[in-house]
Amino acid sequence: MTKKLQSIISKLSPAVALLAVVAIWAAATGFHLVPSFMLPSPAAVAKAFVSDFSLLLQHARVTLTEAFLGLLLGVVLAFLLATLMDRFELLYKAIYPLLVITQTVPTIAVAPLLVLWQGFGMAPKITLVVLTTFFPIAVSLLDGYRCADPDAINLLRSMGAGRVKIFRYIKFPSALGSFFAGLKVSASYAVVGAVVAEWLGGFEGLGVYMTRVRKAYAFDRMFAVIIFITLVSLLLMWGVAVLRKLVMPWERKEKGENQ
Amino acid sequence: MPISPNEVLLRAEGISKRFGDNEVLQNVDFTLKKGEIVCLLGVSGGGKTTLFNILSGLMPPDSGKVYLCDREITGRPGEISYMLQKDLLLPYRTVVDNVALPLIIKGMPKKEAREKAASYFAQFGIDGTQKKYPNKLSGGMRQRAALLRTYLASDGVALLDEPFSALDTITKSAMHDWYLDIMHEIDLTTLFITHDTDEAVKLSDRICILGGKPGHILCEIPIDVPRPRPHDFSLTPAFLNYKRQIAENLIL
Repeated sequence: MTKKLQSIISKLSPAVALLAVVAIWAAATGFHLVPSFMLPSPAAVAKAFVSDFSLLLQHARVTLTEAFLGLLLGVVLAFLLATLMDRFELLYKAIYPLLVITQTVPTIAVAPLLVLWQGFGMAPKITLVVLTTFFPIAVSLLDGYRCADPDAINLLRSMGAGRVKIFRYIKFPSALGSFFAGLKVSASYAVVGAVVAEWLGGFEGLGVYMTRVRKAYAFDRMFAVIIFITLVSLLLMWGVAVLRKLVMPWERKEKGENQ
Repeated sequence: MPISPNEVLLRAEGISKRFGDNEVLQNVDFTLKKGEIVCLLGVSGGGKTTLFNILSGLMPPDSGKVYLCDREITGRPGEISYMLQKDLLLPYRTVVDNVALPLIIKGMPKKEAREKAASYFAQFGIDGTQKKYPNKLSGGMRQRAALLRTYLASDGVALLDEPFSALDTITKSAMHDWYLDIMHEIDLTTLFITHDTDEAVKLSDRICILGGKPGHILCEIPIDVPRPRPHDFSLTPAFLNYKRQIAENLIL
């Protein structure tokens, strides 16, 4: 087998696997192994996806706004807290366990409380997104700061740099790689977080729409929403990857030339 | 005020340092004259890097003082430039931005710092690498870039901790010749650490042997061979003689 053929096969394999799943799904519904009101056929889902597309987009606008605002706030908060925790050891010791505990609280359990406190508007959704996205970013930033080469820090000290300059020229850039790893995870959490919050009450958004079609037993439309949410999450993660390449050009070149 | 040759640039007096029960340095006295290349030689763990950390101000000594041109700089980083063992080019900055970093840290505007740094690239034999990232450079090139950065960080004195140890033998030998030339051109006074006695004899005006427990300067061996030294210096009996002297003094 030639190398080229091998690489084509390895690139195609995930697409083939996906097609296989769809084929099994189509077969299961086509031969009536599963009743169609429980599992709609792929064709029905595709049809629902197309016919509902403008509706989906309309709801997506709300959900994405919540996800973006939440993610943005999450990033800002995570950056501030991680930076302070890195600067003050005592703060790190005091807060780190708390951070971990907040992560073990299931979001679905917190969401109704947030609705009670903040009403049916965007606020509880954004808050939930902040809660879910904040942690991975804060932890990855902290790790990144701590992984900064102590020799590089000494080098800067020997040049007469103070804390601020050491942060700017060593710690922050050293943490960028792990920051983006955290951001990628958080970007996928953000949409899901917003959708979960919408389930529990609201007027617009993919989560609200999802509850509606579920109550109507319109499973084909339900599947269409799920697929739509998946696509949006993937798109966001891809966006993070693109951003990473833009912000960290030294990584890009390393891969491209690859000696 | 210009400093005339043979004037003492860097002076350390009675430097002592202990870490817990381990007394690393005791009463180290040491001077470095303008334009000299001095080598600090000694066994691993003998306190050479600790002495460098103290001279550069990164670490305060338990007792003793460091002077630069008769001005006390004990425990004050930013006065003497220090090249650590690794080249430590920051992977996320282009070569020119790496080299310009000490100037930027000292407050020079970014553009001016870049221009000043770039103006030395040809002299240091790394022209054309300005916009590249360090991972694209060979070991020798990286070392030259790191030396240029060290030079720009300095006010005439540089401490180099095993500057050539990461290079292969052939590159190392070429770097030695290059270094002697460039030192002369840029007028840099150097104190460097090495484990390599050949390197020490080849490069130095004077070799200080640091040894004993706790560490102190055991002896100083001047290498009285005028520069430029002959190309086959390392094959002469005189060279061998110096190596023997070092070996005799290192065993203690």
